[in-house]
Amino acid sequence: MKFTTMIEIRIHGRGGQGAVTSAEMLALAAIGTGKYAQAFPSFGPERRGAPVQAFVRVSDKPIRVRGEIKEPDVVVVLDPGLLNILDVTSGLREKGIVVVNTKASAEETKKRFMDNWPTAVVDASAIAIETIRVNIVNTTMLGAILKACDVVPMESLEEPLKHRFGGRADSNFEACKKAYETTVIA
Amino acid sequence: MNKTAMTGMEGSLAMAEAVRLANVDVVAAYPITPQTHIVERLAEMVANGELNAAYIPVESEHSAMSACLGSSAAGARTFTATAGQGLELMHEVLYVASGLRLPIVMGVANRALSCPLSVWGDHSDVMSVRDTGWIQIFAENGQQAFDLTLCGFRIGENEKVLFPVMVHIDGFHVSHVVEPLYLLEQKQVDSFLPPFKHPFPLDPDNPVTVGAFAVPILYTEARKSMENALRSTRPFISYVFDEFAKLSGRQYKPVEHYRTEDADTLLLTMGSYSEIAMEAVDQLRDCGEKVGLIRIRLWRPFPFGELRQAVENCQTLVVLDRCISPAGPPGPVCSEVKAALYSQKKRPNVAGFIGGLGGRDLYVPEFIQMVERGRVIAAQGGEEIEMIGVRG
Repeated sequence: MKFTTMIEIRIHGRGGQGAVTSAEMLALAAIGTGKYAQAFPSFGPERRGAPVQAFVRVSDKPIRVRGEIKEPDVVVVLDPGLLNILDVTSGLREKGIVVVNTKASAEETKKRFMDNWPTAVVDASAIAIETIRVNIVNTTMLGAILKACDVVPMESLEEPLKHRFGGRADSNFEACKKAYETTVIA
Repeated sequence: MNKTAMTGMEGSLAMAEAVRLANVDVVAAYPITPQTHIVERLAEMVANGELNAAYIPVESEHSAMSACLGSSAAGARTFTATAGQGLELMHEVLYVASGLRLPIVMGVANRALSCPLSVWGDHSDVMSVRDTGWIQIFAENGQQAFDLTLCGFRIGENEKVLFPVMVHIDGFHVSHVVEPLYLLEQKQVDSFLPPFKHPFPLDPDNPVTVGAFAVPILYTEARKSMENALRSTRPFISYVFDEFAKLSGRQYKPVEHYRTEDADTLLLTMGSYSEIAMEAVDQLRDCGEKVGLIRIRLWRPFPFGELRQAVENCQTLVVLDRCISPAGPPGPVCSEVKAALYSQKKRPNVAGFIGGLGGRDLYVPEFIQMVERGRVIAAQGGEEIEMIGVRG
């Protein structure tokens, strides 16, 4: 999917899963390529385990809107358990897509939860455990997001990941690339 | 002009970066909620050796500001930050900082006040410290948080000024948003910001009393002299904004205009909602509406002249307040604007709206609605309070 103006991404996760870090990595990558971008959390007290959101906007022009994203182009779900309790496709724009971390197939997820919205799936938990040795999928899911929409080039993530994760950046980037390769879209 | 590349950074961290580049001597702050990343990052910088400063963690915001009094009075460049309830807890000490003419710079991430408990953004905290005698500047985004913090030190510490300065950023909408901005090099900042030299620093070898009590025969004169001094900082504040523009290419003004030429209706905002208001103005202009935007950047000392000039040719002025004055006039900003215009022969009809309370987002449709409703309300005298984006 290609975007010519502004792309808005809403990330659903649970407190502690790193949804905010996912958002920041995407925004910093975009800014690194000379684009305008914004990343911010669903404001409020942080609660580990509770459903949280993080938001990303990327644009060729300065971004003036600062409110939460009600009508996203892309929805990202870090924790498949959220599909049972949230309507993640709420407000999704025409031509929008949902990107989910799940072991289930793309077709099944699309049919069961997405009311037939285009759906990209990847088993990010398995990749993260194998590659980073921890079940935190925020960086792994970046690869799936890039497969679903070309919001930033893959290589632009390298610098923000290095800055954020230091010595662990390589395994995070590797997990991200594996997710890109194994993401299936239905 | 600054030709370095854009850096992505959270608004709070941008302010911390400005404080580091200002080579501050003392940071005293209460580190727990409602604190922001501003002092968290400064604590990290001091611990890492990136910033050679004394970081004083204290047990409350009241103590934070009290510690700042001492360090600034001793001649140290002093910074703190707070938000919401923390600013309230500091309240009585704020008057001491301005009364003693101590150029402390404080970042405030503006937030709502309890009750009900809210950690989210609005301007309730700042409006309650309106009369504390501080210079108060509003930043709308991360870039301005960075820039205006540097300007804050240059303004406050000048011998002609010697007043504390609050740099306001909207809680969450600026403090917690990662966005692109241009930083400055250390040598650029050094060329802009001379070392702080307090003309009368406390000296253990030459003890004096500061902040002694004033009997009735003195207090009024003391307040008059402070009022005169604060009012007369205006030219220097504009001078610093101009000097900063020479350094950075970014020009700030006490009152800023956006597409105000030939406008019959003007929106007036303060803080980060100015940006979405600009978007609304663009959309209305595209439809042929003659609408513009005025932003108050300098809240204290209040820019009477610039405001009057900015609105003299419009018919309707629509003011957004992010704070409510319960059972009072429609919003603190609106009532100040009205007071500033009352003496003018030629003045617009004014309509006040209250919105964006406790973190409620406002988008373009709300601003368009404010323009449309504002024209009706203003023509009817503009006495009623209207809340925007509210249920029930």
